[in-house]
Parts: sequence; C-alpha cells; structure tokens
Amino acid sequence: MIRGRDPLREPVRFIDERTGAAPLLVKALRYLFPDHWSFLLGEVALYAFVVLVATGIYLALFFEPSLADTVYTGPYAPLQGVPMSEAYRSAVDLSLSVDAGLLMRQTHHWAADVFVAAVVLHLLRIFFTGAYRRPRELTYLIGLAMLFTALLEGYLGYSLVDDLLSGMGLAIGYSVALSLPLIGGNLGLLIWGAPFPGDPQFESRMYITHVLLLPALIGVLLAAHLTLVAARHHTQFPREPEQTNRRLIGVPTFPGQTPRSLGLMAAVAALLFGLGGLVQINPIWLWGPYETGLGTNGAQPDWYLGWLIGGLRLMPGFDVTIGDYTLIPNPFWGGVLFPLVVLVVLVAFPWIERRLTGDRGVHNVLDRPRDAPRRTAFGLGFLTWVGMIFVAGSADRATVFFGLDYEAQIKVYRVAVWVLPALVFLVARRICRELQRAEEIERAREAAEAEARLASR
Amino acid sequence: MSAAIRCLVIAVAALALAPAGARAQPPIVRPPESGALPAQQLGRELFAGNCATCHGSRGDGVASRGPALRGVGRRAPDFYLRTGYMPLGDPHDQPERSRLQFREREIRALIDYVDSLGGGPSVPEPHPERGSVADGLQLFTEHCAGCHQVVAEGGVVTGARVPPLDQATPVQIAEAVRLGPYVMPRFSERAISDPELDSIVAYVRYAQDPDDRGGWGISHLGPFPEGMVTWLIAGTLLVATCVLIGERLRRS
Amino acid sequence: MRLRGWMIALLALFGMARRRRPQRQPRERIVAAGQPDPRAELIAIGLLLLAAAAAVAFVVFYALGFSTQALGGTLAGALALIAAALILAAKRLVVSEQLPGEYPEPEPEQQEALAQIVEESGSRLTRKRLLGLAAGAAGGSLGAALVAPAASLGPLFDTSSLYTTPWRRGRRLIDEAGRPMLAADIETDVFYSAFPEGASKDALGAPLVLVRLDPAALRLPAGREDWAPGGILAFSKICTHAGCAIALYRTPTFAPTQPAPALVCPCHYSTFDPARGAAVTFGPAGRPLPQLPLMVDGAGALRAAGNYSGAVGPGWSGVRSEPPA
Repeated sequence: MIRGRDPLREPVRFIDERTGAAPLLVKALRYLFPDHWSFLLGEVALYAFVVLVATGIYLALFFEPSLADTVYTGPYAPLQGVPMSEAYRSAVDLSLSVDAGLLMRQTHHWAADVFVAAVVLHLLRIFFTGAYRRPRELTYLIGLAMLFTALLEGYLGYSLVDDLLSGMGLAIGYSVALSLPLIGGNLGLLIWGAPFPGDPQFESRMYITHVLLLPALIGVLLAAHLTLVAARHHTQFPREPEQTNRRLIGVPTFPGQTPRSLGLMAAVAALLFGLGGLVQINPIWLWGPYETGLGTNGAQPDWYLGWLIGGLRLMPGFDVTIGDYTLIPNPFWGGVLFPLVVLVVLVAFPWIERRLTGDRGVHNVLDRPRDAPRRTAFGLGFLTWVGMIFVAGSADRATVFFGLDYEAQIKVYRVAVWVLPALVFLVARRICRELQRAEEIERAREAAEAEARLASR
Repeated sequence: MSAAIRCLVIAVAALALAPAGARAQPPIVRPPESGALPAQQLGRELFAGNCATCHGSRGDGVASRGPALRGVGRRAPDFYLRTGYMPLGDPHDQPERSRLQFREREIRALIDYVDSLGGGPSVPEPHPERGSVADGLQLFTEHCAGCHQVVAEGGVVTGARVPPLDQATPVQIAEAVRLGPYVMPRFSERAISDPELDSIVAYVRYAQDPDDRGGWGISHLGPFPEGMVTWLIAGTLLVATCVLIGERLRRS
Repeated sequence: MRLRGWMIALLALFGMARRRRPQRQPRERIVAAGQPDPRAELIAIGLLLLAAAAAVAFVVFYALGFSTQALGGTLAGALALIAAALILAAKRLVVSEQLPGEYPEPEPEQQEALAQIVEESGSRLTRKRLLGLAAGAAGGSLGAALVAPAASLGPLFDTSSLYTTPWRRGRRLIDEAGRPMLAADIETDVFYSAFPEGASKDALGAPLVLVRLDPAALRLPAGREDWAPGGILAFSKICTHAGCAIALYRTPTFAPTQPAPALVCPCHYSTFDPARGAAVTFGPAGRPLPQLPLMVDGAGALRAAGNYSGAVGPGWSGVRSEPPA
C-alpha cells in the first residue's frame, strides 16, 4: 500500500507549486462575511444571471436571427401556412418541436424577470440601509449600471423573436429614440438602418448586442462589482457592540458561507426551472408573427419596463413645437426624461445626501431604515412616485377587473403621482421618528430601572 | 418585511374577490300567470313590461333611450337576450354578459314578438368545422384583436370594456360579428364573408382553450400576469429562502 | 510508482478506497470544532439520493418526450433537493463561526507613493501641458476615428427617408388579401385595413385604416373637402404617438346613449375623431392621424388622390417641416 501520501495535501501541494495560489486561497477561504438574510439578495441576482447565461447559450444554438420571409410548415395547426420571419419560426419550432426547448426558453425568460426583480430588491436594501455611502460609491454606481444595462438586455431579448407583442414594443422603442430633441430622427435611422421596421440587419444588431455585447458588459461590471465588495469588505448591521466601523464580525467563506451560497444557487435554479416548466410565459405561438399593420389589445412590455409605459400613457397629448420645428415629440417625457430623472437621482444620491447631511465619513456599519428618517422617507416617496406611474400603466386592467372608467383613471393618476409621494414622504418620516423616539424612551426606562435596582441594593 | 408581505397578500386577495364592475340588473316584470299565456301574448306582454320603456311600445325606439327594433328580425333579440345583454337597467350603461333572468320559453316568445314587428335577419348558422383555425388567427388578428386581444381575453377601448370571448357560443360569435353590439363594428357579409366567419368562429373556439403546453396559462395576457407571478410568487419564495438561509437582525 | 500513487490518491478523494492516514504533528485548529450530527447527515444523504433520482427521472422523461411540466418538475425537484441538502449542511453539518475581523484602513503612505511614482516619472519633461494637450488631441481624434465607421449603420445625416411613403396619386388600395377595394363595398359602422397595390405592406406609411361616415357629419380641416368621396375616410393606420397600429374602432349602435365614433390605439389609448380628420380627443398623441385623399376610379375602385396630409408615424424634429414624399 502507499505510505505517507495524503489525498488532500498532495493535490494542494501540486496546485500551489504551479500557481502560487495557496496564500490567496487561505485568505479567500477564511474571508469574513457579515451575516444577514437581506445580504443574500445580491447573490440571488447573481445566480439568476448564471441561469440566464446557461439557458441563453442553449437558445442561441437554435435561434435564427433573421427576418427573411418563410412560411410555417410545422405541426402546430393554427400557424400552418402562415407567413412569418425565420426568427419567429425558429422560436416557434424551439418551443413546440424541440424536446426541452420550451423548458429552456421559459426558464430563460423567467430568469430575466426574476433577475431584474432581485436586483431591484437588492438595490432597495442597499438604499434603505445606506450601504452606498463612502467608501462604496463606486460599487453602487457599477450596480446601477448593471441594472439599467439589464433593462435594455431584457428588452432586446424578447424583441428578437419578432412576435406580435414584442414587435409593437419595438415600434414604441423606435418612437422613443425619435423623440430625442434635435437628434432623434438621425439616431433612430442610425440604429434601425432605415425608417421602422428598419433594415433587416437590425435583427442581427439586436442579436449580437443581446448575445455578446451586453452580457460581456454585465460580466465585466459584475466582476468589478464583486471585486470591490470583497476589497472593501461587506457592510454589517451593528448587532454586537464589537461591530464598529473598524471591526466586523462575520462568517468565513469556508466552511460557513459556502454551503449556504451553493444552496441558494440551487434554490434559485430550482425556482427558475420550476417556473420554466410549470408556468407558461410569453407563449409566442399564441400571439402570431408581427406586422406593422397589426395590433392587439392588452399589449404590455415585460414588467421591468412597465414604469415607462405608465409614463407614456399618462402624458397629455402635446408636442413641443417652435413653428414647424418639433422640438420635443410626446414620447420623450415618459420614455426618456422619466427614466433619465430616475437614473440621475439614483446616481447622485450619495453625493446629495453628503451635501444635505454634511456626513462625509466612512461607513462600514449599516443604518436600519428608521435610523435615517429623511433618507427612508425620500426613498419611499420616490419609490411611490415611480410605483404610481408604473401602476398607471396598467389602468386598463383596473377597467377590466373593476369597471373603473379608463379616461377618469388617467386623469386621477396625473394628479395622484405627484400628491401621493409627498404624502408618503411626510408619513414615513414621521413613522421613523416615532419609532426612534419609542426606542429612546425604552432605553431610558431600562437605564433608570437598572440604576434603581443598583441603588436599592 | 413579513408585515409587508402580509399586506400584499391581503391586497391581492381583496382584488381577486372584488366584483368586476357589477352592474345592477333590472328586475324582470312578468304578467300574472305568465306560464299559462299563449306565446304571442306572452311575448307582447313581456316586451311591454321590460323593453318598451326604451324601445317604444311598438318597437319604434325612444329618442334618448333606445333604438328602434322594427326590422331587426330574430338575430338581434336572439343575441341580446341569450347573452343577458338585455334587459339593460340604464340606457347609458354598457350592456354586458349577465345571468339570464328570462326563461327559455320567455326568450323564444320575445324573439318571435320582435321578429313580428317587421321581419329581418334570421339567426346565423356558422360552421366552424368548415373553417381553418390558421385563417381564423389571421382574420381575428386583423379585424378583432385590437379590441378583444389576440387570444380573445378581452380588454379596453376608451369609453367601454371589451368582453372576453370565453363563454361565447358559435352562434353568438356570428351574431356579434354581424350585429356589432354596443360600440363594436358591424361586419356584413361583404366585410367578412361567411366562410371567413366560419374560420373566425373556429379560431375563437380554439382561443377558449388554446395550446397551453408551457404550463399554467395565467390568462394569456402576457407580461402583466407574468410580472405578478415574478413578484408575488418568485419574489416571495426567494425572500423566504433568504430569510431561511441567513440570519435575522436580533436586538443585542 | 508516481502514476499509481496519483490514481489511488484520486480514488481516495472520491471515497472509494480506504487508507491509513500518515502520522502528523498536532497543530492549532484554524476552523472551530463542532459536534457531529449523524441524523442530519442521514437526512442530507437521503436528500442527495432523492435528488439523484429526480435528475435521472429528468433524463428519462426527456428521452421519452414527456411534457415541459414533467421536465421542469423533475429538474426543479432535483435542484430543490440539492438546495435542501446544502442548506441542511449549512445549518447542521458545518460549524457556523462568527469571527472577528477588521475593515481595511486607508494607507496614505501607499497613496503618496503612487502619486510620487507618477510625479517623479515626469522629471524629464519640460513641456508637460503641451505634451498632454497633444496626447489628448491624438487620443481623442483616434477615438473619434475608430467610432466614425458606425455612421455606416444608417443614414445618419439624411433624414429624408422618414418622409417617404409608398402612396402616389392613382395608386390603388388593396385589402389584406390583395383584392382591390371598391367604394361601394365600404359600409358604415365598420373599419377596414388597406395597403398600396404594388408596394411593400411593411413600411410605416403603407397601412391605412378606412371608415365611412355620413358626409353630413364630416368636419374635415380646410382644403380636404374632396378627400372623402361618399364619406369614405382613409387615415394612416400607424399611431402618431409611438407607432402602434390603430386597430380599434369604436362605433355606436345607438348614438344618443353611446360614445361617439373614434379610432383608438391599443398601446396608450390615443383616441382620434375621424369626422374631424382624426383629430386627437384623448391620449398622448401630439398630432392627428395623417389623412390620405381618396378618389374613385372608373371601375369604382378606390385610389389615392395624392400623398398624406402630413408625415406618418411617431414624431421627430422634422415631422411637421415637410410634406411626405
């Protein structure tokens, strides 16, 4: 038998001799993560991204990114003999004629919806705990860049299929590009190659952007984001008195965090494949192929662009003109200015807060939302503003379910989207302050009781 | 966080249970011993008690309340009565599919009576089995999907709700296409031929139970219900998983 | 000898061979010790084996062509069971250490050294600013040069194609199926889609929506008195707000109690009044739908009598400046 060979130490020695990785790995394996369930939300987004890439690779092996005309000859009767593009046909074939094709397509689409939802939840946690403050502003900005890139990436992804719903969505995207003052017409023609529906190569442009350029961008940003999180260490809630801006308490990567993170990855993948198999999403064979002259009621973009359709639907009907020159076509307000304002406010917030509070210090310790009443109140108010515009974009559903007149709803929303956020701000600030005061009173009471007990001895 | 989730669940439950714009149906006025009356008299008396207020005592219409029914034949009363569109309590309300209050004998009596007012089109006889679902999809998308949604789930036009077609029978579909009830366009044989109508009926029947091999169809509306599943199901499960795996904030 | 040793080491790694551990010096523990939990181990093993079964079931179902639900259910099941095993391991099978650590402090000496390195490296330069400007000019110009070919993506400087429509005076209207549209066939209370004969249906300027109103009810803008023969109106079917097809037509059965006729867009519910030349009555559209003048030829077919009253589709800076071509 073999003597003196250790099954673990031999490979370790082998690898370290050739890579010098042991010191780094020792540090990495014992790297400390402060622990709270809300710190896992970013990881959920990461694992959804992994599922996106994996299923996306599978889809890319079957999808035909071409708008060349063809006629469907597959087994699905309602599309028999219907003229369509190769892109649409390949997506229908993948869904209806390729084993496990529909599972992969649906999992990919659910993963996209869930990815953005997880990023938003993660962003909310970052915002309401003040984790974006010095020295993590860069990490925060990279995260915002990833979020907005993901919105475009998802939009391109479902627009590739050239079905009725996404085709309508592309026309709207074209109108938003055209609505940019001064340069809109030129920009729209540049991107689409020709007036809408554009040059047939536009499909290839969307494809390469969706399959290569934006995933690579997100990958690079993700690597930078994770590296920065590790370099600055994760923030922590002050649970123990030892947890300060200088000292942290955390769980090491190995063995503590590893099974948790792997378990979370498996759980996220389980949820996504479960949805992909059990809940139908984007049944393109039911929509039919897109033509510029066709439309359907109830068409909506994917949820993460719903805020924009709200912005578009709420605007009163006017273009800003100077004589014959159309300076600001209507879609600009809801399609460009609204998301731009949201992005600018989010990007600038760390510096706005610094200016307003005078707090320029390093913060490794998180706030509970109630500990920063003005931030929490502003965040909730801003969220209400965006959220109400989002909800206004689904006012037609309220008409269908509750019989509320559509035009009346729009008129109410036009006022409510300004009034309600202000109310929420005031109420939230009040609640935070009340909660803080209640804790103060409780602490004072306990201190007094402790003193009284000491005195009575 | 759990309090917020609870609020969300309650809100969703409340929304799900809220009645969809229930419209008050007027009570049916029946002549005494209506069961014993001969059909012609029954029809006349039911019309007088339930329809004449808006449609006039002889079906000539009332200027600010209801159109004339002379010459509408059997097609219109058959549609409006069998869907429960009529009777309508307030002439300014939108007629909608309602629970039938008239009995079958009464409906037939009313149809005969209205037909007797001046003749007119008969009840159509669609043949969906002769139509093609593929042609129907293209025709439906072209003529109908703008209001009724491409899988016939209904929707909205400014000023009216557009009904889903999940309960429409082939005859009712054909009648509606030819009649154009409320604000719906009226497609004659020249606009949509009888064979085309057969295909449209075949397609609507298909759309009432379409190919949902992807799983739970979530009402075939696309991103709106998909977004609800994302947040209410996936979001809840994922947050719950995180709470299970991670630590909670304990006061020290 | 080495090769055999490697193979046995690998087997041992996968737990398939038993070996005696060589003697080691006892050392201070790095990872805290923890109590074993045999029950949790058994449960974890059970979960993993179930996961394996589910994964095998997936492959079998896939090979047999089972439904998407069967495939998704088994794969999700396998992943969920693995997740459960891992979470159980996290809570019961590995020691959960809460260890103290330190946040990194800034190192001002290193920051200074970095600045110094850059500064001192420029000791040979006497015209730093000029060099800097020249480098900036070179870099900027090169960057612009590398980006310039992107202009080939589309007609960046020439927006005249935005005005082009396939309609000309005399072009016949055809329906979805390619048949010419006869004026006598156009009825009231219904809408039609029309396309230019002999041209592509896909361009934004191609599709029309046709309705017929009582000529006495028309209130068209000045100059369009003969654009609607017999009350037949033709408008661009493409919404002037965001480019969706105007696929809704609201037409009352009984005018006194029901909403007036309107063309409506399904995307953002822009509502247009056909009697007044598709003027906007509700919604975000900023322009009326462009109207196409119609005429009836000798055979009773509808033809275009010219181009639209204005540019079609969603607006851009020049949408009102020039007529369509």
